Amino acid sequence: MERLLEVKDLQVSFKTYAGEVKAVRGVSFHVDRGETVAVVGESGCGKSVTMQAIMRLIPMPPGVIKNGTIIFDGKDITKLSEKEMEHIRGSEISMVFQDPMTSLNPTMKVGAQIAEGLIKHQKMHPSKAREKAIEMLKLVGIPNAEKRVDQYPHEFSGGMRQRAMIAIALACNPKLLIADEPTTALDVTIQAQILDLMRDLQKKLNTAIIIITHNLGVVANLAQRVLVMYAGKIIERGSLDEIFYNPRHPYTWGLLMSVPTPELDKNKRLASIDGTPPDLFAPPVGCAFAARCEYAMRICYEKYPEDFPVSDGHSAACWLLHPMAPKVKPPVGKGVTL
Amino acid sequence: MTGQENALIEINNLKKYFNVGRGAVLKAVDDVNLKIMEGETLGLVGESGCGKTTLGRTVIRLYEPTGGEVLFEGKNVHKLQGQELRGFNRKAQMIFQDPYASLNPRMTVADIIGEGIDIHGLYKNRERTERIYELLNLVGLNKEHANRFPHEFSGGQRQRIGIARALAVEPKFIVCDEPISALDVSIQAQVVNLLMELQQKFKLTYLFIAHDLSMVKYVSDRIAVMYLGVVVELATSEDLHKSPLHPYTQALLSAIPIPDPETERKKKRILLEGDVPSPINPPEGCRFAKRCRHAKPVCTEKQPEFKEVEKNHFVACHLY
Ligand SMILES: Nc1ncnc2c1ncn2[C@@H]1O[C@H](COP(=O)(O)OP(=O)(O)OP(=O)(O)O)[C@@H](O)[C@H]1O
Ligand SMILES: Nc1ncnc2c1ncn2[C@@H]1O[C@H](COP(=O)(O)OP(=O)(O)OP(=O)(O)O)[C@@H](O)[C@H]1O
Ligand code: SF4
Ligand code: SF4
Ligand SMILES: [Mg+2]
Ligand SMILES: [Mg+2]
Repeated sequence: MERLLEVKDLQVSFKTYAGEVKAVRGVSFHVDRGETVAVVGESGCGKSVTMQAIMRLIPMPPGVIKNGTIIFDGKDITKLSEKEMEHIRGSEISMVFQDPMTSLNPTMKVGAQIAEGLIKHQKMHPSKAREKAIEMLKLVGIPNAEKRVDQYPHEFSGGMRQRAMIAIALACNPKLLIADEPTTALDVTIQAQILDLMRDLQKKLNTAIIIITHNLGVVANLAQRVLVMYAGKIIERGSLDEIFYNPRHPYTWGLLMSVPTPELDKNKRLASIDGTPPDLFAPPVGCAFAARCEYAMRICYEKYPEDFPVSDGHSAACWLLHPMAPKVKPPVGKGVTL
Repeated sequence: MTGQENALIEINNLKKYFNVGRGAVLKAVDDVNLKIMEGETLGLVGESGCGKTTLGRTVIRLYEPTGGEVLFEGKNVHKLQGQELRGFNRKAQMIFQDPYASLNPRMTVADIIGEGIDIHGLYKNRERTERIYELLNLVGLNKEHANRFPHEFSGGQRQRIGIARALAVEPKFIVCDEPISALDVSIQAQVVNLLMELQQKFKLTYLFIAHDLSMVKYVSDRIAVMYLGVVVELATSEDLHKSPLHPYTQALLSAIPIPDPETERKKKRILLEGDVPSPINPPEGCRFAKRCRHAKPVCTEKQPEFKEVEKNHFVACHLY
């Protein structure tokens, strides 16, 4: 498969009165054309900031990109002018934000919001853009699209607004769609419709998708690859099945074990990860998870673990994978011994 | 739950309508009948806007009903006065969905938790302070947190403060309105474990409203499914998951994304067409008919009765 996006050693900080928040601390990953990559991890671990950096939407100040290259479709987008970047945002990379009400313009008709980018970036004729807007609303499953196109966001229900956001994001046939918690506010039946829709569109248009979510059911449903983040770094990465069935990082184990499944026994307590994530003003020198990890060894506090390969495309940053480390049986997955 | 326990709460033919201008009436809760047993957790699920929060708020007297009644320990909640009303206001509490919006940002944690203690005159001075520390401890915080403000806490910690506030007045019954939706997985697990522990310790009764059906199944003894203002199915959580009867419940369960890739690949979902109809002038007959794969002519003519079709399993659908 062909590379679409390659992020190398991205470091983003925020300078606040209390000091420097090291929000993203050296993140590298890639996305191929037409594939779906899920990003998971605890609140505050840097998922949204990483995506904002790709879109060049980090508020500066207080934000600073301290290091890193972002190659998109062959171009280093950290070097583009704001004008060139605006074009990329309007027609090559689209983002769906978590809250559709704050990211739709309440004073503008939904159809006009879909057409806006087409007129501006693809120089489409307004009447043609309106037709395309209707077509997009139909595509995202909004009934009565001819009528709905002239309505305002507040006349749409929550689920319809979310679909309208997706229609805007996809109208320009982007090469990359970044969806930040796109279904959190929706109930399961509408969530299912949206996931199906994203999958269909991806098949039709070969769009690559990065989805950020803390719903591991959504990950299992949609993703081909998974990145697990913790305290500003990617601590494990691999194919969907490798992450769910052969996870190697204790944080990933904790994450997978915290999720209830319909089969879960009521008389058992839910597993949870005790403690809190580290302070990003002064992140620990060693493994950032050490203070909460029941397997932590001395070296874990002293030295950051390198990325140990597990199999093709699967690696984890954990000292347990070092050949000299004690063998530990993962408490989740299909029980492969390390 | 078997039939032997006492009902702490009886909801009889409860209606809550809102006037939404120009004579239009929105039927948010439309003739609901439910019992909540002492010490049980009744789960409440259903599509966004189907009336779950409105039902919860009417039960604990934050709303006056348009029709019907709510009995708490045998007494009509909306007719209580004086001493009895104060007693009810103490015994029935609510934990709100949004841990950010539901705590007063200008009050310290101690004052947020202490407010109810003061209103009900439960403790004074030293005892009051100790009670607040005890509550903080109970929910996994400590007394150093007492003089801080809500914005200094994470989402999970704020939700714990909301729980401590509800527990401060020693309630018997708590409406938990999506207490975990805003939290990430491992914090969800912490909050749910805490709620279950507290239930055992203090024999609490919960009405637990949530979107996450796996979690609702885990915490609930029985589950009620609502659709557009009416309860369409009620069963033990085992039965509801094993053999859902109402076509809407079946669609809902089939749509839960399961955190297991193989299951997701094999899964056949029941797709629902169309959007939820408006609760203003809801359709005649079965409210689900427009989206139902099994709809028959009778479905659009006559509203199906809510009846027991298996032991302790109730459903409102013409198929049964
Ligand atoms: N404008 C800002 N100023 C200061 N700190 C910021 C700013 N934006 C983000 N941060 C910090 O950067 C870190 C990473 O934030 P980010 O929004 O990427 O988290 P996230 O992984 O998306 O979390 P969530 O799951 O809660 O959305 C957090 O510690 C956050 O407080
Ligand atoms: N104070 C009010 N005035 C007018 N309409 C209201 C009011 N409160 C709720 N409604 C309406 O009543 C219906 C039921 O709302 P409710 O908040 O009970 O739904 P819900 O099931 O809790 O939904 P969600 O899952 O989105 O929280 C909705 O159509 C809502 O718009
Ligand atoms: S490196 Fe050490 S502390 Fe970090 S996750 Fe692995 S075992 Fe635990
Ligand atoms: S009553 Fe009819 S329309 Fe309603 S759920 Fe049953 S079969 Fe479907
Ligand atoms: Mg985020
Ligand atoms: Mg609600």
